[in-house]
Amino acid sequence: MKNLLDKFLKMDRRYIFFLVALGVIIPLIVPIGLPVDITKPVKDVYDAIDSLPEGSYVIISLDYDPATIPELDPMAYAILRHCFRKNLKVITMTLLPAGPGVAEMATKTCAKLENKKYGEDYVFLGYKVGVSAVILGIGEDIRIPFPQDYYGTSIDDLPMMKGYKNYDDTEIVITISGTNVPASWVAYAHQRYHVNVASGVTAVMAADFYPYLQTGQMVGLIGGLKGAAEYEKLVGVPGKAFVGMDAQSIIHSLIIILIIIGNIAYFIVRKSKKEGVG
Amino acid sequence: MEMVWITISALLTLAIFSFLYKDNPIYKFAEHLLVGASAGYYFVIYFFNSVKPNLIDEVVKNHHLIPLIPGFLGFLILFRLSRKYGWLSRWSIAFYIGTGMGIYIPVAMQANIIEQLRGTMVETGKVGEPPLFNISSFSLLFSDFNWHNLILAINGPILIIGVLCTLAYFFFSKPHKGALGKFAKVGITFLMVGFGASFGYTVMARVSLLIGRMDFLVNTWFRQLFGL
Repeated sequence: MKNLLDKFLKMDRRYIFFLVALGVIIPLIVPIGLPVDITKPVKDVYDAIDSLPEGSYVIISLDYDPATIPELDPMAYAILRHCFRKNLKVITMTLLPAGPGVAEMATKTCAKLENKKYGEDYVFLGYKVGVSAVILGIGEDIRIPFPQDYYGTSIDDLPMMKGYKNYDDTEIVITISGTNVPASWVAYAHQRYHVNVASGVTAVMAADFYPYLQTGQMVGLIGGLKGAAEYEKLVGVPGKAFVGMDAQSIIHSLIIILIIIGNIAYFIVRKSKKEGVG
Repeated sequence: MEMVWITISALLTLAIFSFLYKDNPIYKFAEHLLVGASAGYYFVIYFFNSVKPNLIDEVVKNHHLIPLIPGFLGFLILFRLSRKYGWLSRWSIAFYIGTGMGIYIPVAMQANIIEQLRGTMVETGKVGEPPLFNISSFSLLFSDFNWHNLILAINGPILIIGVLCTLAYFFFSKPHKGALGKFAKVGITFLMVGFGASFGYTVMARVSLLIGRMDFLVNTWFRQLFGL
């Protein structure tokens, strides 16, 4: 037994990589369909959007880049489709230099799926340098940081933007990010201009933003692929997050089992070594 | 043509994954390609989104001369490359840090300290809300004992005790002995729970990224390649 545990502790880690790869690939090919429960922070984001009257202005800041697409694209797509289905006026933008390509693709794809027209139902403003300057600028007039949209059209020439000036005309700001940008939205947009802020973040960042929920500085929070799967379920558009949850659950179980076995093996081997020395 | 790009993307993903077996030239090639392409991409993005519209266009097309001042300060940063004149870059850095702090400190104080303090006193941090240490929730618990009421009653006290004990751990002006030491030990426990939650979320995030790439390889590349 001791030899077996000793071998386990010295096992080549590539075996673990192989097990993890299998644990991910198999459920992607043969989905199991494990249940996804809805948590309150995600439901709060959904309710905040769902309760808005038609024609309300919503800013969706897609502050992520290709490195976090697997986690953040599903929630961005679900939120965008939800907003379009509610006939809200959607303003999308990005505060990350590598974000325009990702943000444009998400906006265009969802608009096409929901038959929305550019300039009337949604606009894409693209990227501007300077996170705090851009957020503060929108508080005065969106034309200060974004005199033109991503395609070079003047903001005033876009029919949807005729009645829009700043956060006073905005019902909610939703920031989707794998960075600390949501904290800037809270600090500058919420604290200074009192606009509601909701956020979708990578799982790594989620723990950092929970304090903002407790204080009411964020109306809701979507954390990681699990949060994205919950939102997809709420909107009724099961996508990549929903499909990925089977693999996620299997890998988490595998990791838990390995941690437990590893710890037990470590303590048994250490104890027997001590006894051997004694 | 789309299939060609998908295949290139898939092969580069496999090249990066090959590091899991062992370091190799294919991995090195993919890594260097990523670094090089990213550097070029960021340079172009910053130039066309910042330097051109805010400096070149403003000065050349609109004849505004004020942008020359931040342009000059930005130029001074380049002197960091020189040992002799490197000190010049400090002017720009001082200006940048000074304005940045001036803008950030007041809102950060409000968002991250005052609001968070309020959040440890009243539920949801809003004015008029009941206090976190709410006696009435305990009387509700004793009159109707169930899980929901139990969580409702202990949630606030746990948060308050957690904050105070964690702050006690970071109080270094007195040795962690006696009552302070006991408080600090409880504080460490809360910190460990926090770190554990963060680690769990980190594992979830990394697995999510793996799922994303595997989904691309299996459901996008592989299926299209073999027409499945």
